[in-house]
Amino acid sequence: MTGALERSALLDAPAIARAIDRIASDIVTLAGGTERLVLVGIQRRGVELADRIGARIRDRHGAAVEHGALDITLYRDDLNEIGPRPVIGETRLPRTLDGRIVVIVDDVLFTGRTIRAALDQIADFGRPARIGLAVLIDRGGRELPIQADIVGERVPAGPHDRVDVLLVEVDGRDAVELVRRPPP
Amino acid sequence: MTEPLGKDLLGLEPLSAEQIRLILDTAEPFKEVSERAIKKVPTLRGKTIVNLFFESSTRTRISFEFAEKRLSADTVNVAAQDSSVSKGETLVDTARNLEAMRIDMVVIRHGASGAARFLAERIQSNVINAGDGKHEHPTQGLLDLLTIRDKLGRVRGSKVCICGDILHSRVARSNIWGLLKLGAEVAVCGPYSLLPRGIEELGVTIFRRIEEAIEWADVLNVLRLQLERMNAGFIPSLREYYRVFGVTLERLERAPRELLILHPGPMNRGVEIDSRVADGPHSVILHQVTNGVAVRMAVLYLLAGGRPEQAEAAKRGREGAE
Repeated sequence: MTGALERSALLDAPAIARAIDRIASDIVTLAGGTERLVLVGIQRRGVELADRIGARIRDRHGAAVEHGALDITLYRDDLNEIGPRPVIGETRLPRTLDGRIVVIVDDVLFTGRTIRAALDQIADFGRPARIGLAVLIDRGGRELPIQADIVGERVPAGPHDRVDVLLVEVDGRDAVELVRRPPP
Repeated sequence: MTEPLGKDLLGLEPLSAEQIRLILDTAEPFKEVSERAIKKVPTLRGKTIVNLFFESSTRTRISFEFAEKRLSADTVNVAAQDSSVSKGETLVDTARNLEAMRIDMVVIRHGASGAARFLAERIQSNVINAGDGKHEHPTQGLLDLLTIRDKLGRVRGSKVCICGDILHSRVARSNIWGLLKLGAEVAVCGPYSLLPRGIEELGVTIFRRIEEAIEWADVLNVLRLQLERMNAGFIPSLREYYRVFGVTLERLERAPRELLILHPGPMNRGVEIDSRVADGPHSVILHQVTNGVAVRMAVLYLLAGGRPEQAEAAKRGREGAE
């Protein structure tokens, strides 16, 4: 990679914690309570975020929320182009999704292709009453007609920029950073 | 970064330990796919796979077919019985015809050692060796490794003895390569007439008596006595073989530790293995069959993607995608 990369901080740890707080309470509103709610995190950092959101809802509402994990690798539409990604994460969902309110949780919403794949995959597991989408960062740049119901922070990023979400569980620290990159 | 598998899977001998581990690790999530209500993912949608079986096979062919269908590939089975044409010529013609039909992958089983490589060098499609003569049967080796890793928690340091007809066995060869690369201790046990000459040069121990093998091993991989290849007087009789080399309950009861019993199937009950052992608590034979589908899905998946030139083009086009 040539050219200097300009890295700037977007969110620090307290800002991420506040965003997760807000997302948690918006999810409960969207689902009309916690009874039918299932949080489904997308591998890898979406899973950690879903865990944190679930813990926050439990603290505030005293009800444990079911959560699951989804690895969408096998549902991607670009296996031919990118080649297989070496390690496929775990997919773990509640026994039935029928009639549940599923909220997909991911770190960054960009082209929308990951969410398209997640919707296809969830449809193979059952027929939820409703599927919602909550993301920590919406960076724009959609290639499909997909929007999030709940957004932690909107970040206008160029098509070649990178938005890095770092989480303690995976990366050792909490931060969201924007890496500006010139077009190739 | 692990070296990609490349175009074909012809054997375990050419693979590195990292590549073998990559396949085993990739098989893990595929186990879960087969437990779903809808046992299918769209990963290989639009890919065409030909299962080209010049030798009869039930288990391996069905296992490949399940793996292919669960990845949403389109499959065609060709059961080509032995032809009077010399095998080289037959394969060249077959290869040209397949290429003309615009297929993506070929799974080949053939009676001649080296047939899979021969085909792989002549067509652009991915080639997976499903057993070639006495050479290799890599997916069987991989599913055996996965089963041992599942049950013992590791392959490294485990003592595995492959018992029976080593001479005619491609399963034995793939097992020996895979086990040695992953750091297992490997032994073989069988009548002298069924051990290939020079096998100890691979770094395997030879046991002459099954009792010694049972005393030493953590795992016995009991091979099928290949009756169809046995018309040349390798053993005095089946009864004699069972008496001397059969893996019986009485022999296992004298083992100093719990043994894991593998068998690639189909079994000759009462020849190489006692029915009470095959159906007993030490047997992981059906676990092997389940793992076979997962391992084959992993291999198909790893070979199907990853056209490097397309990967490069795609990377240029969409740096910084999710």
